Amino acid sequence: MSEKIKELPGTPLSEKDIIEKKVLFTEWHPEFMWAWDTGIGYGRYFAELKKGRIIGTRCNKCRRVLLPARYFCEWCFRPVDEWVYLEDTGTVNTFSIAYTDWLARRIKEPRIPALIEIDGSGGVGIMHVLDEVDPKEVKIGMRVKAVWEPEEEREGAITDIKYWKPLKEV
Amino acid sequence: MGMRKVAIVGAGMTKFMRRAHETGKELSWQAAKIALDSCELTLDDIGCVVMGTAPDAFDNIHMKGDYLGDGAGAWRKPYIRGFVGGGTGVFVADQAWYHVASGLFDTCLVVAEEKMSSAMPHPQGNFITCWDMFTESPLGPSLLWFFAWEMNRYMHAHGITEREIAMVSVKNKKNAMDHPAAQLPAEITVEDVLNSEVMAWPVKRLDVSPTSDGAVALVYAAEHVAKRITDKPVWIEGVGWCLDTIYVGQRDLYYPKYVEYAARQAYDMAGIKEPSKEIDIAEPYDPFDYKELHNAEGLLLCGKGEAPKLLADGVTQRTGRQPWCPSGGALGVGNAIAATGLMKVAELFWQLRGEAGKRQVPGRPKKGVAQAWGDEMQVGSVIVLGV
Repeated sequence: MSEKIKELPGTPLSEKDIIEKKVLFTEWHPEFMWAWDTGIGYGRYFAELKKGRIIGTRCNKCRRVLLPARYFCEWCFRPVDEWVYLEDTGTVNTFSIAYTDWLARRIKEPRIPALIEIDGSGGVGIMHVLDEVDPKEVKIGMRVKAVWEPEEEREGAITDIKYWKPLKEV
Repeated sequence: MGMRKVAIVGAGMTKFMRRAHETGKELSWQAAKIALDSCELTLDDIGCVVMGTAPDAFDNIHMKGDYLGDGAGAWRKPYIRGFVGGGTGVFVADQAWYHVASGLFDTCLVVAEEKMSSAMPHPQGNFITCWDMFTESPLGPSLLWFFAWEMNRYMHAHGITEREIAMVSVKNKKNAMDHPAAQLPAEITVEDVLNSEVMAWPVKRLDVSPTSDGAVALVYAAEHVAKRITDKPVWIEGVGWCLDTIYVGQRDLYYPKYVEYAARQAYDMAGIKEPSKEIDIAEPYDPFDYKELHNAEGLLLCGKGEAPKLLADGVTQRTGRQPWCPSGGALGVGNAIAATGLMKVAELFWQLRGEAGKRQVPGRPKKGVAQAWGDEMQVGSVIVLGV
């Protein structure tokens, strides 16, 4: 703000003004619905999740695995070359311990969202959540394994993996 | 490059606040009117209008650029709305530059507005519409997850502590004490930050900027016009912007490469070889305290992982060798998303003209860089100003 500008516009309201209806406002509580088509890349990705498998695609030009699976390579701008099955194990790249939900409400039991580098992908991560672990025990670099929904309850969605838990390697 | 020189000749803004009585149009008009008055121009003198406002999800007003157009003075003029999420405020400053630099227009009014408070009960929830609807939204993510992942990765890569990062929040909220538009100016301690409630570890309440309503406006003029309007033009010397992959698991979050690309574009244009030495003031985007450090590294103001040391040594204080966020930043002034980015450009304008009052950085600063960041955490926009 410049010292030359003497008066600042803007009229602050408080939450109370709204809750106690001290000011006029208009509300709207719409109910809409969308159905998004999965497309070619994600279509197969989710079909494989339904079968309990993680699949990616490979571009042989930049020699990279694309995950979630995709139809074209955005760097080389050409179709991908092949589908590749990956492991349902991985390594925690980074994580958080979340005490608020998506609407910024406090939650009692924290969730542990993480980026997980999927084995076989060359270090590409996906976003998911960890469970069956004490939040204090979670570390970057920790090895984890997918816990799947029972086969009959899978819908071909990212939530077919319920969560990831620590992997005890033999 | 065959481009014309472009100056900023006027600026204005509203207060930043959690909830404004004014509509978005009204806030936009208030900021635009002050900006025009500050350089004694009227809307008739304006050749084109560039508007910045972030996700439509906050207001649920589709084609919000059109809706806000009259507040920005846009109707019956060449008009464009730019939008790259949190990166919008500096992106529209870049966009307005090429409208004038290209020779198409002699003047441009650039307005950035945000009214986040319409989203109930809290704007946080509306970010759910910003993620990938197949692979991300079904997991119920909050915006904080992404920031927490990045902060954690940044700390892990360089062995940085939460304590070192908390200093940013202390500094910026204190700087905001001198900003008349500020929403959350405060004198707090590092302990206050560390002891504030954990929202998504490692992010705590006082690591985070507030949600805000507010608007900011600037007036641009081509060189020959600028010289008739003011004897204190502030020149736009460099612009840069870059968008990286939206697949969050496909890049390492410890470093914002795309900010570096945007910064290099701007510095090359401005002829800046050593930003750590040549930049007098920086306004890196600070929606979270670690972001100031993270973004400053992307702006090449120091090496990777070195920002906490500059902070600890006092280099980035308002009286230091290279002040960062002397305005008070998003953490102190408030984070009216698109408006905050443009507020940072306005701060450089006032600082370089020596008009920043109690916030004035000593030693007659000559070069400043402002930056914004956002979208899906993969957009950087940069502008370099000089006198």
